[in-house]
Amino acid sequence: MSQDVVIKLRGIRNAFGPHTVHENLDLDVYRGEVLGVVGGSGSGKSVLLRCIAGLRPPQAGTIEIFGQDALNCTEAARLEIDQRMGVMFQDGALFSSLTVRENVEVPLRTIDGLDAGLRRDLADLKIAMSGLPYKAGDNYPSELSGGMRKRAGLARALALDPEIVFLDEPTAGLDPIGASAFDELIKGLSRAMGLTVFLVTHDLDTLHATCDRIAVLADKRVKYTGTMEEMLKIDHPWVHEYFHGPRARAAIATKEKAQ
Amino acid sequence: MQSRQGIRGDSDPNESAVLTATADPSDAPASQILEPQPAVLDGGGQDWQLSGALTVRYVSAVAADLPRASGTLDLSGLTRLDTAGAYLLHRHAERLHMRGAQADHAALLERVAASIPEPPEQTARNWSLSQLLEGIGRMVVSGGSFLQEITGMLGLFLARLGQIARHPGQLPMTALVHHADQVGWRAVPIVSLMSFLIGVVLAFQGAVQLRQFGAEIFVVDLIAISILRELGILLTAIIVAGRTASSFTAAIGSMKMREEIDAMRTLAIDPAMVLFVPRILALLITLPILGAVANFMGLLGGALMSWIELGVSPAVFLARLLAETGTNHVMVGFIKAPVFALIIGVIGCHAGMQVRGNAESLGAQTSAAVVRAIFAVIVADALFSVFFAMMDI
Repeated sequence: MSQDVVIKLRGIRNAFGPHTVHENLDLDVYRGEVLGVVGGSGSGKSVLLRCIAGLRPPQAGTIEIFGQDALNCTEAARLEIDQRMGVMFQDGALFSSLTVRENVEVPLRTIDGLDAGLRRDLADLKIAMSGLPYKAGDNYPSELSGGMRKRAGLARALALDPEIVFLDEPTAGLDPIGASAFDELIKGLSRAMGLTVFLVTHDLDTLHATCDRIAVLADKRVKYTGTMEEMLKIDHPWVHEYFHGPRARAAIATKEKAQ
Repeated sequence: MQSRQGIRGDSDPNESAVLTATADPSDAPASQILEPQPAVLDGGGQDWQLSGALTVRYVSAVAADLPRASGTLDLSGLTRLDTAGAYLLHRHAERLHMRGAQADHAALLERVAASIPEPPEQTARNWSLSQLLEGIGRMVVSGGSFLQEITGMLGLFLARLGQIARHPGQLPMTALVHHADQVGWRAVPIVSLMSFLIGVVLAFQGAVQLRQFGAEIFVVDLIAISILRELGILLTAIIVAGRTASSFTAAIGSMKMREEIDAMRTLAIDPAMVLFVPRILALLITLPILGAVANFMGLLGGALMSWIELGVSPAVFLARLLAETGTNHVMVGFIKAPVFALIIGVIGCHAGMQVRGNAESLGAQTSAAVVRAIFAVIVADALFSVFFAMMDI
């Protein structure tokens, strides 16, 4: 893999009033990798995601995306960056007044000159690639199960073939079968479409199954980055507990069995 | 490194695109990745080439162009290919022989080809008389079940009232006071103002007509009867329907949406007792009081305007009011108040329970509750008028 940095965070500081979430946080995300971000509850994983996705400017620091300063740029440049990124929110965050197909068509509408028939076909294709049945396109989000809403959210996030996708807890609330199917989906799509994936998760199975690299948020910054094997050797108490706890052992066992 | 301009049209697109494709992306400046070269179709006869970036932005132009091509299509010049481009190529895959795709592009083409959805057979739905009848039938049935549900809600409320009569300790007193404050006390300013202005308008309009006959004094009867008998209570009920039915629906509906009502049921808390009884009971208590306020303010406005416009002094107005206006008019007005209160409360609570899992249905039910409540109040008022006329009251 080429070490082409697509997201570069330096000295990020995020605070809510007196409560500091991130202090002097640095992180590099490389092109084409699946990066898993883990951390305890309240360690600011989602805040970091929102920060990079441009939903919440940090109090200090710089964010470079595709080599461009994402914080101090023109609105047009930011729009350009946004079109090359997709975000899947925890519960899909689909527009409830639109059907799934219309939801996926929303980002496609920003493309000039794309005729309605092709737009519809592309939306159907994205829905199918996200593993939803064709008929789900006609359903409203409230008529879908949680897992299907997540897939629909992924289909919308992927509508413009972004280079980076952010996934917030993609497998939370899914049953184990649905969760591992989702892991497969993420892995398969990221390979086929050359995606860079920024994945916030608590799910150790997902980390094992999909992530090329793991970033651990602790002590208000990215404390460690590395592969799963490297994580297992770290003796920081929280990291050790996280990757060696009973759930972690079960996840490792599953992985070994699969191999 | 190639520059971005001056390639399309004048030089060989194939050659320039190959340059980009073979260049190592890691040493390419980022700005170059930002603006790729749009895909161009070139060639003739049985030999065609596609070069540049075939992405969702540029796919439309190529889609219009591609039917020209036939024979073989060389994809080695493609710098970028996304699923939209791959989909377009897939559409022509049977007609054109494609070759030379880079490994990652070939993988994407394969992936897209594998996931093309197959739409199920569309059953043609033709308009017919039976469908029209079916639509009407469905409307009638849903109207019938709506009436049934409303009656059910009223029955539920009355049953809970009966339960409270036997066990007074179960009355949710705090909630009752809270809702009485919300629907009663806080509605006093708007109801007073509206009623005062109605009194003013009646006196003013009545004065113009009655002065022609020298019958100015009858303006008192006009104001008293129309306010006490009809307008005071009716307009109060309409205002309360607007502000209270909607707030009942919104409050109960948002609790329904977040499964709070289901949670209550699992905790053995009766939603009817906790949510419906205090709301409807508060309306039942406060609407007559609001009606009395409206009556008073309406008469006040009428008296004031009569004094200014017709010179009927307040003392004369009061004397005429007491002497000539029977108490039956007041009774007729007040007897309607509890009925209107029940209608508004029951419709508001029922609509709240109809809310489904999304914000859209909350909005739809809230506005539907207001429309239904106002409509039902006016229908009930008309029925009362007919009834009292037949009874000669």
